[in-house]
Amino acid sequence: MAGEITLTVGGQAGQGVQSIGLTLARAFARGGLHVFAQQDYESRVRGGHNSFKLRMGPRPVMAALQETNILVALDPLSLDVHMAQLTDPGVAIFDGEKTQVAGPRRGYFPVPLERLAQESGGNRLMQNSVAAGAAAGLTGFDFSIISDAVAEQFKGRGPEVEEGNRRAAQAGYDYALTQFGGRCDCSLSTMAAPKRLLLDGNEALVLGALAGGCRFMAGYPMTPSTPILQYMATKGAGLGAVGIQTEDEIAAINMAIGASFAGVRAMTATAGGGFSLMVEGLGLAGMTETPVVIVVGQRPGPATGFPTRTEQGDLEFVLHAAQGEFARIVLTPGTPEQAFALGFRAFNLAERYQLPVIILTDQQLADSYRTIEPFDLSSLQIDRGELLLDAPPDYMRYRLTPSGISPRAVPGLSSAVVVADSDEHAEDGHITEDGAVRTAMVRKRVGKLELARADIVPPEHYGEQHPELLLIGWGSTYGALREAVDDLRADGVSAGMLHLSQVWPFPNEQVQAAMKAAKKSVMVENNASGQLARVMRGETGLAPDGHILKYDGRPFSPSEITTQARRWLR
Amino acid sequence: MSIKVSVAAEDYATTQVPAWCPGCGNFGILPAVVNALVTLQLAPHQVLLVSGIGQAGKLPHYIKCNVFNGLHGRTLPAATAAKLANRELAVIAVGGDGDGYGEGGNHFLHALRRNPDITYIVHDNQVYGLTLGQTSPTSDPGYISATTPRGAYQPVHPIALAIAAGGTFVARGFAGNTDHLAGLIGEAIRHRGFGYIDVLQPCVTFNRVNTFAWYRQRVYDLASDGHDPADREAAWQRAQEWGERIPIGIFYREERPTFEDNFPSLAGEPLVKRPIDPRAVGPLLEDFK
Repeated sequence: MAGEITLTVGGQAGQGVQSIGLTLARAFARGGLHVFAQQDYESRVRGGHNSFKLRMGPRPVMAALQETNILVALDPLSLDVHMAQLTDPGVAIFDGEKTQVAGPRRGYFPVPLERLAQESGGNRLMQNSVAAGAAAGLTGFDFSIISDAVAEQFKGRGPEVEEGNRRAAQAGYDYALTQFGGRCDCSLSTMAAPKRLLLDGNEALVLGALAGGCRFMAGYPMTPSTPILQYMATKGAGLGAVGIQTEDEIAAINMAIGASFAGVRAMTATAGGGFSLMVEGLGLAGMTETPVVIVVGQRPGPATGFPTRTEQGDLEFVLHAAQGEFARIVLTPGTPEQAFALGFRAFNLAERYQLPVIILTDQQLADSYRTIEPFDLSSLQIDRGELLLDAPPDYMRYRLTPSGISPRAVPGLSSAVVVADSDEHAEDGHITEDGAVRTAMVRKRVGKLELARADIVPPEHYGEQHPELLLIGWGSTYGALREAVDDLRADGVSAGMLHLSQVWPFPNEQVQAAMKAAKKSVMVENNASGQLARVMRGETGLAPDGHILKYDGRPFSPSEITTQARRWLR
Repeated sequence: MSIKVSVAAEDYATTQVPAWCPGCGNFGILPAVVNALVTLQLAPHQVLLVSGIGQAGKLPHYIKCNVFNGLHGRTLPAATAAKLANRELAVIAVGGDGDGYGEGGNHFLHALRRNPDITYIVHDNQVYGLTLGQTSPTSDPGYISATTPRGAYQPVHPIALAIAAGGTFVARGFAGNTDHLAGLIGEAIRHRGFGYIDVLQPCVTFNRVNTFAWYRQRVYDLASDGHDPADREAAWQRAQEWGERIPIGIFYREERPTFEDNFPSLAGEPLVKRPIDPRAVGPLLEDFK
């Protein structure tokens, strides 16, 4: 698209790929541009190959493209990996004094990163700031914004380090301005815009959870969800929240349930593997009717799988996990905005219906950054459902009521006692062997699913409302789907998108209406078997005309979707 | 909320009929817990009993107070978290030897090092009762059951384990001495930190070896035998004793910062009593601009 560029930083783990990328992303965002950034990294601490892909421009960007206009290669391997993606014209920055390349090649722009770092900043370690400056120099973007973002990265490390890095960035910037003689077509200018937020899916989600009153989190580190726990334990603590690293995921979910039983909004976060250990606890929340929020950040399985990559392979798992029958809610945000909104909403739903709410994300959403408009906090309303702060002496935790919800008291806040049990229990919470009581209790626990239909987040129907081709998806494919629809429509194709940010209870009516309004519908999923399609068929009886599936551990790009989508247009 | 002048044992009475075997050691533990709560003048609504699954896990149902009867082996995480959520509650976790040393062994280790300000009572009958008599982690070597036809092998030594893992209050009681046990439970609740008590609990149905009579011949009280609970070395030595002489009482006790002390955010009102304001995250958003 005119006026936008993609910049890729490539290098080994530990070389600072992410910090260069994020520094530039922040700078361009502060200069008023829209930014989307996607990370690709390996399961290792040092070495290998990682990349940070940054797309920015004057209009909103929601996905990463395959091609790149500027490449910053911190090691020779990055040239090998990414040169094929370089646009024409396009520029590849690398340290020509350290990296031996076989002859000149289109786009090559050697910059003496290490030498300039030593000369300008007095420390060869500042070469990443030189690289960031050089990349920015190619765009001609306002240097003062770049310089501030670079300095901010070294905040707290002393004025010498900050100033040294500013000078290093300046050296790189000036070098690009004066020494680059080829064509780039990659200039970017600042734009007047309201201050936007730049955050990734994990950050948006945990901020939503904190806004939703979550003050207790227990978790065990697991990619891609670890940053949620880290944020809760550090920044969240400033709001009075507790973040606990547990001995395992079993402890994590049982702690979240224990805190919630005691009246505090609580969550845990993990990936599919950790959720496997939590399944028993999921059933405990269902049986004891204890509200709890569980973030499952998907990555390719089974077992350890592809630890740092992305997939949508756990939908049916989270829908069916745990023995027995009980209601649960599964939310599937696809953007940072949705991650925040649903991170907030999950706690209201969990308390309103007294059940587990699963927020199903994936590595692509968790780790990708995007500029978004600031959240409107003033419209957020906390709803604690039938929470009973002053319970009567004859209080019974599992009282059968016409509403289908048992008023929920919290231990210690009144003179009444609260009895909850993982065994089948009578209204008073004590163990029962009675068949009629069992039937009534099952009906209540299962019946809450029907009640929760009143609160279904409707799917987003974007583009043509009566399209030739409707692309259906859920979760993190939102951006690629939406851009694919834009691209198809720009090509004269009548296309629409139906995106589900809640899968359970399933939005039957909206999905049926959208499918009936479309000539053909194609399900787009980051998995091998079309899991949402199966769920949809079970719930609506409708099947899509086709599938676009991808399960190489990488996210969709818009062009991958449009190319395949055309197959159903003939 | 009515304020009671004094708490009596009747306040803890329920209409639930215990589902334990007649003569079960658990009948010696139940009044000990109630007596300790009454002695400490804790009202039922101030107490939360958290239990797992097994015959021991049923105990909270027979005491009128707040109850969370969770999953087998998972008492300690739930109890630890409930205490963090509302530190005004007296939180007591209850489980058996299979529950705490088998299924929940990992949680036991980590509770010992974390030192949450809760109490943990393990009904240790050295057998799986509710599943009808299999070997438990604490079964004596040679104990024969359908799952160990050639006899049980090396058992877990929970007292030694607790001392080694950093326990700050490590004690053993005997279900056949309710008064002594009630005293221990009271001490454990008062202890600022993880008050852990392993209770020798004869299983009258399945364990024909470790009977009331067997224990009565062997148990002796550490306090009247000159043991100093502040002496970790001596505690370790006493923990090795089993067989002809079996010590009960407090093996080891020390003051150490509790798990809750690690969270400055818990200072002030208990978490559960704090109001929720979505706008509180406003300042955090500035970091992302």
